[in-house]
Amino acid sequence: MTIAKNSTPRRRRSWSDLVLAPYSFWAALFIVVPLAFVAYYAFTDNNFQFTTENITRFFTTTSERDGVTTYTYLLIFWRSLKLALISTIICLLLGYPTAYIMTRAGDRAQKVMLTLIMIPMWMNFLIRTYAWMTILQDKGILNGFLTSIGLDRIHIIGTESAVIIGMVYDYLPYMVLPIYSIMAKMDVKLLEAARDLGCGSWSVFKRVIFPLSLPGVTSGITMVLIPSISTFYISQKLGSGKFFLIGDAIEGQYVANNLHFAAAMAFILMVVLLICMELLKHFTAHLYGGDQ
Amino acid sequence: MEKIIELKGISKSFDGEKVLDNINLDIYDNEFLTLLGPSGCGKTTTLRMIGGFVQPDEGDVIFMGEKINNVPPHKRNVNTVFQKYALFPHLNVFENVAFPLRERKVPKAEINEKVNEMLQLVKLPQLATRRINELSGGQQQRVAIARALIGRPKVLLLDEPLGALDLKLRKDMQQELKKIQKATGITFIFVTHDQEEALTMSDTVVVMSEGRIQQIGSPTDVYNEPKNAFVADFIGESNILDGVFLEDRLVRFSGQTFKCVDTGFKGGDQVDVVVRPEDVDIVPAENGQLKGVVTSVTFMGVHYEVIVDIGGFKWMIQTTDFVNTGETIGLSIDPDAIHIMKKSEYSGLYGDYSSFSNELDQLDAPMEQKSEAEE
Repeated sequence: MTIAKNSTPRRRRSWSDLVLAPYSFWAALFIVVPLAFVAYYAFTDNNFQFTTENITRFFTTTSERDGVTTYTYLLIFWRSLKLALISTIICLLLGYPTAYIMTRAGDRAQKVMLTLIMIPMWMNFLIRTYAWMTILQDKGILNGFLTSIGLDRIHIIGTESAVIIGMVYDYLPYMVLPIYSIMAKMDVKLLEAARDLGCGSWSVFKRVIFPLSLPGVTSGITMVLIPSISTFYISQKLGSGKFFLIGDAIEGQYVANNLHFAAAMAFILMVVLLICMELLKHFTAHLYGGDQ
Repeated sequence: MEKIIELKGISKSFDGEKVLDNINLDIYDNEFLTLLGPSGCGKTTTLRMIGGFVQPDEGDVIFMGEKINNVPPHKRNVNTVFQKYALFPHLNVFENVAFPLRERKVPKAEINEKVNEMLQLVKLPQLATRRINELSGGQQQRVAIARALIGRPKVLLLDEPLGALDLKLRKDMQQELKKIQKATGITFIFVTHDQEEALTMSDTVVVMSEGRIQQIGSPTDVYNEPKNAFVADFIGESNILDGVFLEDRLVRFSGQTFKCVDTGFKGGDQVDVVVRPEDVDIVPAENGQLKGVVTSVTFMGVHYEVIVDIGGFKWMIQTTDFVNTGETIGLSIDPDAIHIMKKSEYSGLYGDYSSFSNELDQLDAPMEQKSEAEE
C-alpha cells in the first residue's frame, strides 16, 4: 500500500499508516483485487493463457459465431448507451428543478419532500420494477385508467419507453439528492450579494446558483448514468426481453459460465464509463471555472 | 450638504420581537457614517433595510427624496460589502469585480479598463487571475470592496467588514477605507461593534442599543458629550456616578462638591456624572478632592489601569504614575473633566468597576462577534 507517502515526519506517518490500515486492507480486498480479476479474466482464455480474443469478439458480430443470439455486441452497447443517456437526461430535467424547489421550501416541507423521495429507495428494486410492470401492462393500471376516462389503450410495455420509464423512476433519487445537498449548502449571502450587485431572480440563478450547483449535477449524472448503462433487470421485465442491453449480455455470458467474455465486456464498459466521467469532469470544471 | 438617505420612524419586529424601534436618521452625501452598538442592537438590520433585504414594518426609507421601501436590492443604487465578503467562489478575482458590469452588459474593453482601475485602487492589480480560495482574508476583503465600488453606487454599505482580520491588518484597512472613501466621494455606512474603529474612521457616529438610536454625533461629540450612561459606557471607559446638580457650574457627587462647566439643569436635579479614567489625576491623599484605597493595578503598556475604592464605589483611573495596591491615594478632577447627563433608563447600570475584569471582557468579545454574525 502506498499511503501517506509524503514528507510528514516519520512518527506521524507510521501512526497514520496504522489508522488507515483497516481501510486500506478493506479497499484492497474488495476493490482492487476484484478489478484486477476482471482485467485478468478479460485478457485470458479458458486455459488462462493471454489473449485479446475476448475483446475483439466484442467488436465483431456474434451472430455467425455461435448462432445463439442474432445481435452484435456493439449494437447492444450502443442501445444501452442510448437508453442510459436518455434516462439520465430525463432524470436531470426532472431532478434539477425538484432539488431547486426543495431548497426554496421551508424546513418542514424540505424534510417531507426528502422523505418522499427516499421512501421508494427503501423498497426492493425488484418489487419496484414489478410494480411498474403491473402499471404499464396492456391490461394494467395505466390502460385501465385510460379506458375508464374514455381514451384508447396505449401499448407501452415491451417498448424502449417502458424501459426508460423504469430507469428514470429507479434512478431519479440519485439525481435529486446530490444536487439538493449541494444547493442546500449554498451560502445565502452569495445570493444576496448577487442581488445587491444588480441581478434579478433569473440572473441570480444563471450566474450564481447554476454554476455553483454543477458539482452536484456532475455527481448526479455519474450516479444515474453508471447504474442505468449496466442495468439488466429493468430491460428484461419492462422491455419484455426484447431490448437486450449490455448488462443483459454480461449476465447472460456469466450465467452461461462464459466468465472470460463476460469479464471482457465488463472491462470495456468500465473503460468507456471512465472516459465519459473524465469528459464530464473536464466539461463541468470548464463551466465552473467561468473564466473568460 | 445634500441628504441622501432618510430613515423616518422605522420599526421592525422579527417573530414578535422588536429589533428596530422608531429609528429616525438622516444620512448626507459624501459622509462616513458608522452604526455602532453591541450585538442585537439593530445596526445590521438597519443596514440590511437600506440595502433592500429587509422591509420596515412601519416608517419609510427615503433615497434621494424617493420612498424606496419596496424597491428590491438589485434596483437600488446601493452596494454592500458583506461581513464574510460573500465572494463568488466559481469566479476569479477579475470576474468577481467585473460581476456587476457584466450584468449591465458593459462593453468588454470598458470592463477591462474599469476592473483594472478598481484593482489598482484596492492595490491588487497583480492578483486578477487568482481564484478566491487562493486569497488571504485581507485580500478577499479588498476584492469585496472593489466589487462593491465598481458600479459607482451612491452609497456603500459595510457590514462589520474588518471583523475577521487580525489587529494589525484591521488598523491598516481602517486607514485605507477612509482614504478610499475620500477618493471616491461615495457615502459609506459602516456597521461595527468596535467603538475604537467607529471613532477613528467616522464623520458621524450613530450609537444604537436595543433597537433605538441613543446618540448621533461626531466622534468627539459622542466621546466628550455622551447623552446617557449607555453611550458613556459603550464608548471608551467611564466612571458614572449619581450626582445632584446644585447650580450652574456646581455639582455634588461622592459626598463632595465639584466645580464643573455644565449649565442648563435645574438646581437640585438628580443627574449622572461622567468622569473619564484618563481625566483623573492622582495626588497625595491629603491634597485630593476624593480619597480612596487602590484595589488593583493592571499594566496596559502605555498606562496603568488602577481601580480605586472610594466609599464603596470603584473608580477606574488610567495613569502613567505607578501606585501600589493597598495604598491610599487622593484624586483630583478638573472642572472640564466632569460631564453631566440627564438621568435615563440606563442610569445605575453602568460605570462602576466593582466587577471589572479584563479577562471577562476578552471572553465576551468573540462570543459577541459570533452572535452578531447570526443576527
